[in-house]
Amino acid sequence: MTAMTHAHDAHAHDATGNAVFGFWLYLMTDCILFASLFATFAVLHHNTANGPSGKELFDLRYVFVETMFLLLSSFSNGLAMLSLHRQNRRATVQWLVLTALLGLGFVVMEVNEFTHLVLEGNGPDRSGFLSAFFGLVGTHGAHVSIGLIWMTVMMGQLLFKGITPAVTSRMLRLSLFWHFLDVIWIGVFTVVYLMEMI
Amino acid sequence: MIPASLLGRLTLAAIPYHNPIIMGAVGTASALGLLVMLWVTWRGLWGYVWREWLTSVDHKRIGVMYIIVAVIMMLRGFADAIMMRTHQALAEGLSQGYLPPDHYNQVFSAHGTIMIIFVAMPFFIGLMNYVVPLQIGARDVAYPFVNAVSFWMTVASALLLMVSLAVGDFSQAGWSGYPPLSETQFSPGPGVDYWIWGLQLGGVGTLLTGINFFVTILRLRAPGMSLMKMPVFTWTILVTTVLIMLSFPVLTATLALLTLDRYLDMHFFTNDLGGNQMMFTNLFWVWGHPEVYIVILPAFGIFSEVVSTFSHKRLFGYASMVYATVAIAVLSFGVWLHHFFTMGAGADVNAFFGIATMVIAVPTGVKIFNWLFTMYRGRIEFTTPMLWSLGFIVTFTIGGMTGVLLSVPGADFVLHNSEFLVAHFHNMLIPGALFGYFAGYTFWFPKMFGFRLDETWGRRAFWSWLVGFYLAFMPLYALGFMGMPRRLVHYDNPLWQPYLLVALLGTFLVAYGIFCQVVQLVVSFRHREALRDTTGDPWNSHSLEWTTTSPPPFYNFAKVPQVEALDAFAHMKEQGIPHRAQAPFAPIHMPRNTGVGVTIGAITFIFGFAMVWHIWWMATGSAVAMLAVVVMRANDDDVDYTVSADEVVHLETCGMIPTELRIQGYTQ
Repeated sequence: MTAMTHAHDAHAHDATGNAVFGFWLYLMTDCILFASLFATFAVLHHNTANGPSGKELFDLRYVFVETMFLLLSSFSNGLAMLSLHRQNRRATVQWLVLTALLGLGFVVMEVNEFTHLVLEGNGPDRSGFLSAFFGLVGTHGAHVSIGLIWMTVMMGQLLFKGITPAVTSRMLRLSLFWHFLDVIWIGVFTVVYLMEMI
Repeated sequence: MIPASLLGRLTLAAIPYHNPIIMGAVGTASALGLLVMLWVTWRGLWGYVWREWLTSVDHKRIGVMYIIVAVIMMLRGFADAIMMRTHQALAEGLSQGYLPPDHYNQVFSAHGTIMIIFVAMPFFIGLMNYVVPLQIGARDVAYPFVNAVSFWMTVASALLLMVSLAVGDFSQAGWSGYPPLSETQFSPGPGVDYWIWGLQLGGVGTLLTGINFFVTILRLRAPGMSLMKMPVFTWTILVTTVLIMLSFPVLTATLALLTLDRYLDMHFFTNDLGGNQMMFTNLFWVWGHPEVYIVILPAFGIFSEVVSTFSHKRLFGYASMVYATVAIAVLSFGVWLHHFFTMGAGADVNAFFGIATMVIAVPTGVKIFNWLFTMYRGRIEFTTPMLWSLGFIVTFTIGGMTGVLLSVPGADFVLHNSEFLVAHFHNMLIPGALFGYFAGYTFWFPKMFGFRLDETWGRRAFWSWLVGFYLAFMPLYALGFMGMPRRLVHYDNPLWQPYLLVALLGTFLVAYGIFCQVVQLVVSFRHREALRDTTGDPWNSHSLEWTTTSPPPFYNFAKVPQVEALDAFAHMKEQGIPHRAQAPFAPIHMPRNTGVGVTIGAITFIFGFAMVWHIWWMATGSAVAMLAVVVMRANDDDVDYTVSADEVVHLETCGMIPTELRIQGYTQ
């Protein structure tokens, strides 16, 4: 999270570029973490231990609305980045607020889904399948929640620091993170929800 | 999950004050720690320690601190080894040895965990921290602050392991922690939780280090240093960081799933309700096998530097060395199943993994021949680093051959889980990793501290280690063939005992080797004026770290070197190009020291301890504190400062900045 400017250094290197490159690498390692969880889900998804299967539990329409919240939040995040590059602080913050609200909607819907499952006795301790489900979907949800905290911090930085090179660099990384979570969710939606419904 | 008391499940009964062995160890460790602190207090050095070390973001300081952690943990891990060897030498027939089974199990679990995670990892990470930026002509790593965070997270998890000695117990499930043994059903105590959190928190630090050094090597090289002009050590580190980035997330995920099983009654790896234990074994070794190469490849890099330097020749087959390193890294992801051929995956699957395992011997063989050809017709100087390298080449080749033997699934069914396996992997890791680190430690010591290490005591240490190693592990191969399983707490076969006595003798010889290394350090320090390196290039070597002074200034290079050839420094010497920068100098940007790294380490430790003992309020509190510290750091844009050209002139000529020029940012 350090942004160094080496403008008059003979050995000048591009600090934002370094930061973004490093963050890309972090995202790729996160990708492998999710790959492990996807593999776990693939291994365990038949192990329902006489409990309910995904087909009995999931409501595709509900998950579709949830998905739309996340996809639209990515779109509005894109608009926030466009405003940032036009140096329009006010519009950036406004789009960021919308992004966060949509992201929050996604998290609330997911927590609601989880709560229902647990209250009906189909919590993560019910079967290997449900452990894998909660593990994978919950890890994604935790990432989105951390993204929301980050987003809140960035709103503060935009308001108090303005659009500095350091803030721009952090915004770039935040938007990478946010889009990355979208990509992961597409995988979750397909592998967990759609394929279980077949 | 409601806490029964304010301290979770932590009670006074968790302290094993009735066990004299553990209390003795705790007493010794605490007394040593206390003595060091008293000494620092007596000398009034706390301010210096805090300003120059604990808050440092300088890769050189962090590198030295990593090595100190590794050495301390090696003493602990080796104490475990002596205990096990002594116990096994005694526990035949009517004798039960001196360790009760539950204690013995903890000792071998701790030994493995410590030696891999808290000795091998911090040792090579320390060396690479010190050397890589210097070798590529950089002033620091890409993210100096993240580097400090990585280090302090490693310290926190090592501390967690040490605390497990005094408070509660350690895992009895082996260093690999296979379920269902490591599940709550069979290990309800805090031991496995210490193991989980120690590995998990340290693992996050290692992952950050991996990313940090990958970016450093790819983006901060001196002008002119193309990839194929990088020193071989830097190349092996680059490949190692790729392995870290690809494998450590799997460890993180696997441990997290086991955590969920243990803390929230989930069923990833349990016996019942749809859990799958073999999934843990697969995931663990998808990390675990590349991990072997993570600790061995850097040592290969060190051997390459050492063999070339002390043969006074260029490294034979530089390009093939690079490609062999990359090939080993790629293959390392295709062999994990050879750790459990007996799982029952079927003949076809086993054959695939068996052949893939054998194929790894090919690039490794390429390296062995490259080192041999480098020495061929060279003017070899038998210095200590060179002795470690020669000992490695011979011993490692033997270990490699037993490895190829084990890679045959049919043979593995017989030797699986036996002392043969124990002999094999020690035969790989002690010469393949540890000897390399010792070679690197001796080789770069003058760069770090400005004086060489004593050769006589170095040679004594080497020969004790080498002979001790053979005595300690060759009998274990025989015992494996005789059918002795690993991890036995007691046995009824008088034929095994003589071999175990020889192994014990070997361990004592290794202990003498370690003693020699301690003496070497003391003797070298006392004779430091005679051993002083005034040139910065004590071995007449070939890469950029030797162009600067020993020890280097905090900015490494007053001017960033220009690289024109492989073995850049050798090229400069041949062409008569001056390698020390001359005035005029330009201002230098440096990262500012910060206490945030050590604070994050402290919070990490508290978090880990709270999670082990189910002290939920403390775990939540430390998580919130962690978030607060990270957000505060993210809001701090004043993280670097400039050393002016005048100051550089003073530092270059008299090694210090006059008080009138001393700027605030120089220290903190």
